Amino acid sequence: MNMLAPKPAAAPAAISTPEPFAALPRASRLRPILAQVLPPLLVVLALVALWQFAASGPNATLPPPTKVWADARDLITDPFFDNGGLDKGLFWHLLASLQRVALGFALAAVAGILVGLLIGTSDFAMRGLDPIFQVLRTVPPLAWLPLSLAAFREAQPSAIFVIFITSIWPIIINTAVGVRNVPQDYRNVAAVIRLRGPAFFWKIVLPAAAPYIFTGLKIGIGLSWLAIIAAEMLIGGVGIGFFIWDAWNSSNLSDIIVALTYVGLVGFALDRIVALAGRFATRGTSAS
Amino acid sequence: MDRFLEISQLSVAFPKAPVPVLREIDLQIARGEYVSVIGHSGCGKSTLLNVIAGLLPATAGGVVLEGREIAGPGPDRAVVFQNHSLLPWLTCYENVKLAVDQTLSKAMSRAERHDWVLENLALVRMTQAKDKRPSEISGGMKQRIGIARALSMKPKVLLLDEPFGALDALTRAHLQDQVMEIHASRGTTVVMITHDVDEAVLLSDRIVMLTNGPNARIGEILEVDLPRPRDRLALAADPRFVAARTSVLEFLHARHANPALAAA
Repeated sequence: MNMLAPKPAAAPAAISTPEPFAALPRASRLRPILAQVLPPLLVVLALVALWQFAASGPNATLPPPTKVWADARDLITDPFFDNGGLDKGLFWHLLASLQRVALGFALAAVAGILVGLLIGTSDFAMRGLDPIFQVLRTVPPLAWLPLSLAAFREAQPSAIFVIFITSIWPIIINTAVGVRNVPQDYRNVAAVIRLRGPAFFWKIVLPAAAPYIFTGLKIGIGLSWLAIIAAEMLIGGVGIGFFIWDAWNSSNLSDIIVALTYVGLVGFALDRIVALAGRFATRGTSAS
Repeated sequence: MDRFLEISQLSVAFPKAPVPVLREIDLQIARGEYVSVIGHSGCGKSTLLNVIAGLLPATAGGVVLEGREIAGPGPDRAVVFQNHSLLPWLTCYENVKLAVDQTLSKAMSRAERHDWVLENLALVRMTQAKDKRPSEISGGMKQRIGIARALSMKPKVLLLDEPFGALDALTRAHLQDQVMEIHASRGTTVVMITHDVDEAVLLSDRIVMLTNGPNARIGEILEVDLPRPRDRLALAADPRFVAARTSVLEFLHARHANPALAAA
């Protein structure tokens, strides 16, 4: 059908408007997308221009965008190369970092939610553990590294432990708050239908606390990504953190800038993924 | 008189308050009766309902249902909460199903429970919205699901806590008519808390008027001897309706005017 219709015929058909509503949704569909995409695009362009201008002088210490492109072109265009050893594309470095984060964060999520549920339901656990957690959570991630290196005597588990210990606190605290804040209305409903014990926990407490739990997970994944970069600078091996440190040692400023861009984009993606998972898992709950 | 639900010498005091909220309430309610409790805000009507529901303990005296003193909440006294209290993560069907599964799992098979949920949703005319979540439906629809959930527990007494308070006048009238129909068809005993005089007169067999709190008592009990089924349009000009309405208004505004409003 479509192929038989000659192209010019489409235009008069649109003008004579046999379906006057057909044109309307198309225009209104494109406009909001443009309104979303255009402002950040313009700002990025302006910032790159400013950067080019600021870094072009004879005394500039940092490379301008044009030099970054010239120096690190193969790094930007081919993230998948692997020349053995540490000479790999950014994809492999990011993958190694993401694997550590995945393991450490998964452990923190499981342990954090369980401990949070315990603290939320038991006054004794709350009173006993909360002060300790409030102190421990302020310890900076890297301060744990020497201790974990001493305990594990290996780089990989130490890095994973740093991720774990960094991201677990917001998960514990938010889960506990969520459990404590189950609205009295829901508790009354559960009381009237005699929902008790594990059933009360699964059908009322957990769904009611889910938005809080996901807030904790979202903060936790952000902190994990912050911590892994710093930890990898110290422990070495494959990983985006060590890649940046290595580039600094060999004065490849352009490589650092490319790596930072990737770090930012991956961190943003991680945040979105957890937020989306949370929105899916708690659909309806936060809207009421 | 048939003593189906009996409240005797009931006093309720909250731990830190010097004066009890309710004092020496005595009330007998017959099977199938529709009783409204009316009073100014803060007089303790919701407290009374919560004690009957078992959500609050009595300080002195107690409540006996079918010869058994109530201790704690249970599905034999289903509550329709003022703010609907639907679980937002469940669909309308699932909200009712949770109550049915929890309270009738021994009496009914899985298939029977499914049909029973649908029957109750149909009773409040919400079949079409059964797969929606509470956030996707209007306030009146939420309250209808709340009523369906309460009725689905096959309660001996249905407790309504200002069920239509948050609704607009038209939705409220519509739901009042539905509750009257359900009361007629199922014959459930109903205790309703309200502050709406017209609503109390239209729906009730008896209206219990509370004096101002704290230390609230039953000031007066009015028998509403209007024939059922009742029609709001026909009743509006009926002298018996007008007389009942006047007598409640007179109690609330002349003899027991709201102290908070009087001070203002």
